[in-house]
Amino acid sequence: MTNLSFEDIAVGTAIPALTLPAVDRTTLALFAGASGDHNPIHIDIDFARKAGMPDVFAHGMLGMAWLGRLLTNWVPQAQLKKFDVRFLGITQVGHVIRCSGTVAEKLEVNGTPAVRLQIQTTNQYGETRIAGDALVVFPKH
Amino acid sequence: MIDRKWIGHSLPTSVFAIERSRLRFFAKASETNPVYLDEAAAHDAGHPDLPAPPTFLFSAEMDSDLKMKWLLEAGVSLQRILHGEQSFTYHRPVHAGDAVSVTPRVSDIYDKKNGALEFIVMDTDVVNQRGERVAESRGVLVVRN
Repeated sequence: MTNLSFEDIAVGTAIPALTLPAVDRTTLALFAGASGDHNPIHIDIDFARKAGMPDVFAHGMLGMAWLGRLLTNWVPQAQLKKFDVRFLGITQVGHVIRCSGTVAEKLEVNGTPAVRLQIQTTNQYGETRIAGDALVVFPKH
Repeated sequence: MIDRKWIGHSLPTSVFAIERSRLRFFAKASETNPVYLDEAAAHDAGHPDLPAPPTFLFSAEMDSDLKMKWLLEAGVSLQRILHGEQSFTYHRPVHAGDAVSVTPRVSDIYDKKNGALEFIVMDTDVVNQRGERVAESRGVLVVRN
């Protein structure tokens, strides 16, 4: 990761995107254990079916973790101050998720230069699954 | 419908130790950047130990099972919930070796579509072992009735 300078960032530019391997059951099992969300709807197909779903589906927080990666691939995590998302649609097993972001605004927060990014995840069908914003600061040295 | 008496209810505070093994497990499940997996890489990047990645603090809220227990007490089945929104505001970094206290609070409960969907808003303060606020999180759970 190169050290970005605030001056070089232009509103409207895209940050490097991140595409993940297709969601599979192993990933859901590991993420359930690691994240502490043991809701069987993400890991037990019998439970999911009884709940009226065709299959297990991904934790929203898995998609948000991937968006976190998008952001920390761009800047060191210490620069991330706010991270807000809305879960718009279910990420299913087999979805290939692409995380992307665009510089929406350059601003100042308490005198520190900052950038607001619009971020989202979409699947291979072009359906947006998660949409949100991140606030990244660029402290002057 | 969820009893609105729960609005304002604070769940008990729970303490979550930030442990290397758990951070590595979380990184295995969702990360590839070595800084989150390897202490040497973390040190090279200026961290005192493995850092907790941006969404890891949500695990602190989940780990005690207190949220799940409260949902069941409020009559909400795990079969019917979806995560609607989630946000974090970060104040201080968190690393392996820290311990965070989390106190989720039910801030609001409302419904839409004539009760077909209910929304539970929970706000959580995350404080480290030195009493410093490290983050706040807000989550909205959607309940399909």
